[in-house]
Amino acid sequence: MEFLNAFVAFSNFVIVPAIAYGSQLALGALGVTLIYGILRFSNFAHGDTMAFGAMVTILVTWWFQSMGINLGPMPTALLALPFGIAGAALLVLATDRMVYRFYRAQKAAPVILVIVSMGVMFVMNGLVRFIIGPDGQQFADGERFIISARNFKTMTGLSEGLAFRTSQAITIVTAVIVVALLFWFLNKTRTGKSMRAFSDNEDLALLSGINPERVVAYTWIIVAALATIAGVLYGLDKGFKPFTYFQLLLPIFASAIVGGLGNPLGAIAGGFVIAFSEVTVTYAYKKVLIYLLPESLEPSTLVQLLSTDYKFAVSFAILIIVLLFKPTGLFKGNTA
Amino acid sequence: MKKLLMATAATAIMAANAASADEIKLGLLLGYTGPIESLTGHMASAADLAIAEINESGGILGGSTLAGVRADTGCIDNGLATSNAERLIAAEGIKGLVGGDCSGVTGAVLQNVAIPNGMVMISPSATSPALSTVEDQGLFFRTAPSDAREGQVMTEILMDRGVKSVALTYTNNDYGKGLADAFAESFVAEGGEITINAAHEDGKADYSAEVGALASAGGDILVVAGYLDQGGLGIINASLDSGAFDQFVLPGGMIGDSLPVNVGPALNGSYGQIAGSGGRGAETMAEFGAANGFEGTSPYAPESYDAVALFAFAMEAAGSAEPGDYVGKILEVANAPGEEIYPGELAKGLEILRNGGDIDYVGGSAVELIGPGESAGTYREIEVQDGKNVTVRFR
Repeated sequence: MEFLNAFVAFSNFVIVPAIAYGSQLALGALGVTLIYGILRFSNFAHGDTMAFGAMVTILVTWWFQSMGINLGPMPTALLALPFGIAGAALLVLATDRMVYRFYRAQKAAPVILVIVSMGVMFVMNGLVRFIIGPDGQQFADGERFIISARNFKTMTGLSEGLAFRTSQAITIVTAVIVVALLFWFLNKTRTGKSMRAFSDNEDLALLSGINPERVVAYTWIIVAALATIAGVLYGLDKGFKPFTYFQLLLPIFASAIVGGLGNPLGAIAGGFVIAFSEVTVTYAYKKVLIYLLPESLEPSTLVQLLSTDYKFAVSFAILIIVLLFKPTGLFKGNTA
Repeated sequence: MKKLLMATAATAIMAANAASADEIKLGLLLGYTGPIESLTGHMASAADLAIAEINESGGILGGSTLAGVRADTGCIDNGLATSNAERLIAAEGIKGLVGGDCSGVTGAVLQNVAIPNGMVMISPSATSPALSTVEDQGLFFRTAPSDAREGQVMTEILMDRGVKSVALTYTNNDYGKGLADAFAESFVAEGGEITINAAHEDGKADYSAEVGALASAGGDILVVAGYLDQGGLGIINASLDSGAFDQFVLPGGMIGDSLPVNVGPALNGSYGQIAGSGGRGAETMAEFGAANGFEGTSPYAPESYDAVALFAFAMEAAGSAEPGDYVGKILEVANAPGEEIYPGELAKGLEILRNGGDIDYVGGSAVELIGPGESAGTYREIEVQDGKNVTVRFR
C-alpha cells in the first residue's frame, strides 16, 4: 500500500505530466530538426510558428463553438486543427517565398539564415499578438478528465490521487500517430525519399532530378503541420499565451540538439530526455520518500534538488553538457 | 526709491498671502495611466467629491476653498511620479499631497520630493509593509492598511477555522513577497505551521511543477498570495487538476468576480479577505458614488475621500495650511477621542474643530491611524459560496 501510494504520487506529479510535456517537445523538436536536416539552418521562428498555428486553430474553434459544433467529450480544437495547419502552412510558405528563397538563391551561410529566422520570429511574434493579443486564451472544451484525482481515490481506496486529463491523453495519442505517419512518409513515399536524399546530399539529389523547390515546399508544409499540432496540444494542455511559445524555443532546441540535430528519432528521444529532466530535477520528493522510507529515515525537508524557478536552466544545462561531451547528440545528427 | 521698493515687495507678499487664503491646492498624485488605471478614476472622483463638499460648506480656515490638482504617477513609473510631484509643489504650490497610489512610486516620491520639501503625503492605496518602517520624518500617512495587517487578519481567519498547517505560495514581486512574509511571521507566531513558502512567476502556461512541490510539502489548505487573472489562477487550476489541494485561502489580490467564474464550482468553500469596510461609512460612500457617477466602494475610493478629509480637518485644527503646522494634527483628527464624523458630515466636523472641539474621523473606510500613521485596516472576510464571493463578516 505504501509503495502503491508512492508510485501513484510520483506518477501524478512526474510521470504523466512529463510524458505529455515530452510529447509536445518531441513534436516541436521534430519540426526544428527537419528544417535543420533539409534546409540546413536552425529555425528560431519555430516557437512562433507554433503560436501562429495554435492561434488560427483557436479562432476557428471559437467560430465552431459559436455555431454549436463540437466533438462531445473531445475538444473542438481537434476539429479546427486542419484549418490551423493550413493557416500555418500558408504563412511559412509565404515567408519562404518572400524571405528564405532570396537567401537560398544566394547560397547564404547557415549563420545568416539563423539571423534571418530571428527576424522572421519577431515579425510572427508581432503578428500573433496583433491578431489575438498578448493575453492568455482558453479554448479547451469537452470532458476535462479521463480520471480525476478524487475519482481515482474513491475507486482504488488509496490516499493519493492520480489525475489523467483528456488533454494529456490526446497529446500522447496524437504524438504517437503523428510520429508514425511522419516516419512512414519519410521512408515509404517518393516525396519522403526525395526529401531524405536532399538532406543527405544536396548536389547528388539535384543531379538525380529532384526538384529542390518542391522538396522545400513539402518540408515547410510538414513543419507547419508539426508545429501547429505541437502548439495546439500544448495550448490544450497548458493554456495558450503567445509569450510561452517564445519561451518554449529553448527546451525545443535543447531536445533537438540533445537528440542530434537533423535526426528525427533523436528529436523524439531528446524531447523526452528534456521533459523528464526538467520535471524530475524540480520535483519535491518529500511525499514519495515518506511513503517509501521507514519512519526513522523520513525526510523533514522538501528533498527538492532545484526550485521550480530553474526549470529552464535544466534544459540549458543539459544542452551545454551534450554540446561539450557529445556534440553530435545522442543519435549522431549532422554536425555541419 | 528704497521705500517704494519695500512697499511694493510688502504689497506683493500680502497679495500672495491673500491669494493662498482664497484657494488651498491639494495634489492628487495617482496612476491615471498604468496597471491600476481602472481604479484611479473612482479614487480621484471620490477625492474631488470631498473637496466639493468642503467648499460648499464654506471652505476651511475662514473661507478658503480647496482645489484638487491631478498629476500622473503611471503607478510604476518612478521618474514620471517624482517629476510630477516636483511640479505640483514648485509650480502649483500645493499644500498637501494625496498620493501616490502604488507602493513603489509612493516610496520614491516620499524620499525624493516630499521629505526634501517638507510636504505631507497621505496615500490612499499604497499597502507595502516596507512603507511602515521607512524613514519619513513624520510626513507620510496612509488611509490604506499595510499588507502586514492583512497577514494578521488572514492568520485570525485561519485560526478561527481551526486550520493549523498550510502551504503558502506567492507571486514573485514586492506585493506577494511582502504579504507572504507578513503572513508567515504572524501565522507561525500563533502556533501555525507553514509547510512550504514558495514563489511562483506570473504569466507561465504551466504550474504543475510548482504545484507538485506544494503538494509534496502538504498542508490542510493552500494560501495563494497572487493575482486572480495571473499565476494565482494557474496555481489553483493546477492544484485542482492534480488533486493536490481542494481548498484555498484567497488574499486581496485573489478576490474578484472573475475567479469563481474561471475556476468553477470547485472553488466553493474557499475563503479569504480583502481590505474594505462595511457599515454606515461604506453605505454613504456607495450612495455618494451613485449620485455622482462613480463607484463609491471601488477599491481605495473611500480611502481617497478620507485622505482629502484628513487634510482639511488637520488644517482647520491647526489653523494653518502650512504642512509644517498641520502635520501634527492629522493623527488627532483621525483618532478618538472626539465626535465620530462620517462621509457627508465634513461640515459638521469642521464646525466642531472651529469651536475648539475634538473629532474622531471615521469616514468611508473606518479610518483609525495606528503606528507610524497608517490605517489599522478593516477587512471583509470573503467566502466563495455558489460561485460568488460572499462577505461573511468584517474584521
